[in-house]
Amino acid sequence: MALDKATVKAIAFLARIKVPEEDLEHLAGEMSNILGWVEQLGEVDTSGVEPMTGGAETTLPQREDSVTDGDARDQVLANAPEPEDGFYAVPKVLE
Amino acid sequence: MPYLIHGETGDWEVVIGLEVHAQIVSEAKLFSGAATEFGAEPNTQVSLVDAAMPGMLPVINGYCVEQAVRTGLGLKAHVNRHSVFERKNYFYADLPQGYQISQYQQPLVGEGTVVLDLPDGSSREVGIERLHMEQDAGKSLHDRDPGRTFIDLNRSGIALMEIVSKPDLRSPEEAGLYLRKLRSIMRYLGTCDGNMEQGSMRCDVNVSVRKVGETDLRTRTETKNVNSVRFVMQAIAHEAERQVAVYESGGTVEQETRLFDPDRGETRAMRAKEFAHDYRYFPDPDLLPLDLAEDYIARIRAALPELPDEKKQRFMTEFGLSAYDAGVLVAERETADFYEAVARGRDAKAAANWVISNLFGALNRKGLGIAESPVSAENLGRLLDLIAADTISGRIAKEVFEVMVETGGEPGSIVEEKGLRQITDSAEIEAAVGKVIAENPDQVARFRGGNEKIAGWFVGQVMKATGGKANPKLVGELLKEKLRN
Repeated sequence: MALDKATVKAIAFLARIKVPEEDLEHLAGEMSNILGWVEQLGEVDTSGVEPMTGGAETTLPQREDSVTDGDARDQVLANAPEPEDGFYAVPKVLE
Repeated sequence: MPYLIHGETGDWEVVIGLEVHAQIVSEAKLFSGAATEFGAEPNTQVSLVDAAMPGMLPVINGYCVEQAVRTGLGLKAHVNRHSVFERKNYFYADLPQGYQISQYQQPLVGEGTVVLDLPDGSSREVGIERLHMEQDAGKSLHDRDPGRTFIDLNRSGIALMEIVSKPDLRSPEEAGLYLRKLRSIMRYLGTCDGNMEQGSMRCDVNVSVRKVGETDLRTRTETKNVNSVRFVMQAIAHEAERQVAVYESGGTVEQETRLFDPDRGETRAMRAKEFAHDYRYFPDPDLLPLDLAEDYIARIRAALPELPDEKKQRFMTEFGLSAYDAGVLVAERETADFYEAVARGRDAKAAANWVISNLFGALNRKGLGIAESPVSAENLGRLLDLIAADTISGRIAKEVFEVMVETGGEPGSIVEEKGLRQITDSAEIEAAVGKVIAENPDQVARFRGGNEKIAGWFVGQVMKATGGKANPKLVGELLKEKLRN
């Protein structure tokens, strides 16, 4: 599958990555190559195999419903550039 | 009566589907051990998982799964033994992971049913499309600073159930009934507290309109995060009118996300619509599929409480209540329990009247819920016993009840203290009757002259003379006897 420039631009926007116009062509080629490489998996005959997301023969481990974590505001906000009154503060987001 | 919009080109019907986000009642979050309690100081209930620090891994809270399964069973829905968590990718300041862990192609719960109790006593079924589990996002505060948005992640990672109805609703009233019923079911189950003011239950409203007789659905709009039943009803009414106006002026309705403005009672398009959402769902590689054993589901099913529909049916057959009264009494589990405690072993219809007319009236006046009722079920029951034993009349009972509302007192002692015990001693009543007759010869003459309606006036005089305490039935009998002779 080959990606065109417009698709790469859309993906970059969804991921909030700023990509200069002149890099789009080159990235489209690189990403198409990656997809092509992964698509080789399509050559394997999987008829009769249920779709799966992993090969581990285990079940989802579960936790008890008890409060064991969370009272750590200083840690949580340690990397925030401008925390205020215990909040993260970010540029105005408005719909 | 169908809800129709009468346009210039004919009648339009409204097609409504609701997506309800219900916070699961649990101590800890869906994938972390941080607390869920509402109203804590900002960012004090946030684990490094909820803040999406690199390398953190989600571990599912088994109780949240149980709660979601319980809700599915309460909605008479099919619980899928195999379900999958996926990542729903989008950027927003209060979503630190950059994706929400949700379920998409393989949800935990499939199709179910909610029964609406219509005001005329009939009922109507509304289909549930699915119920899936997901994480809540953090909270953005836009009004604390002119240039910045403040983010609190306490809500980030709390377990949500998204409950999607089929497009079966046809009016704002039905949507309101559906929300109330869904809330009632979840409160009975103890799976969501249904508090829309605190945001533990939120609603997205899908609305389209079509000409009466059309069978295909037209384009719908989605109005996000409407946070009260009344607002949901307003948003639907406004949005339906708007769409009809668009069609009738030759336009087309665009599939878009809208916001409800409670101050103006109208919906408006969100500004950022240049990019359609592309969530790029894919199975979350941090989480294995959720596989449930048949006997696990069976155990939860076996422990389900009696739900509102079943309770209503039982109140009708066991207590002989009307569909309307039964519906009112079962809407809240606490009310139903209160009523049953009063009714058990007593005149169940009288108990229903006292709870619905007198108690609800008093609680409304005082702005109290049933849990804060100054009159306990035990004391209201005792009051009914006093009436049944002819210790007090119904009229005096209302007086005693008002004292109970004010003081929370026990009716027996109020009756003794205030000397309200009914006079059933016929000699005492006879004396009072005799006195009234002796003092009012003119009225007696009018009665004997054929004006029998005046008997009521005599009853009133005797009741007044006895401070309302005379047994009204005895008074009537004695008066009849004395007046006739």
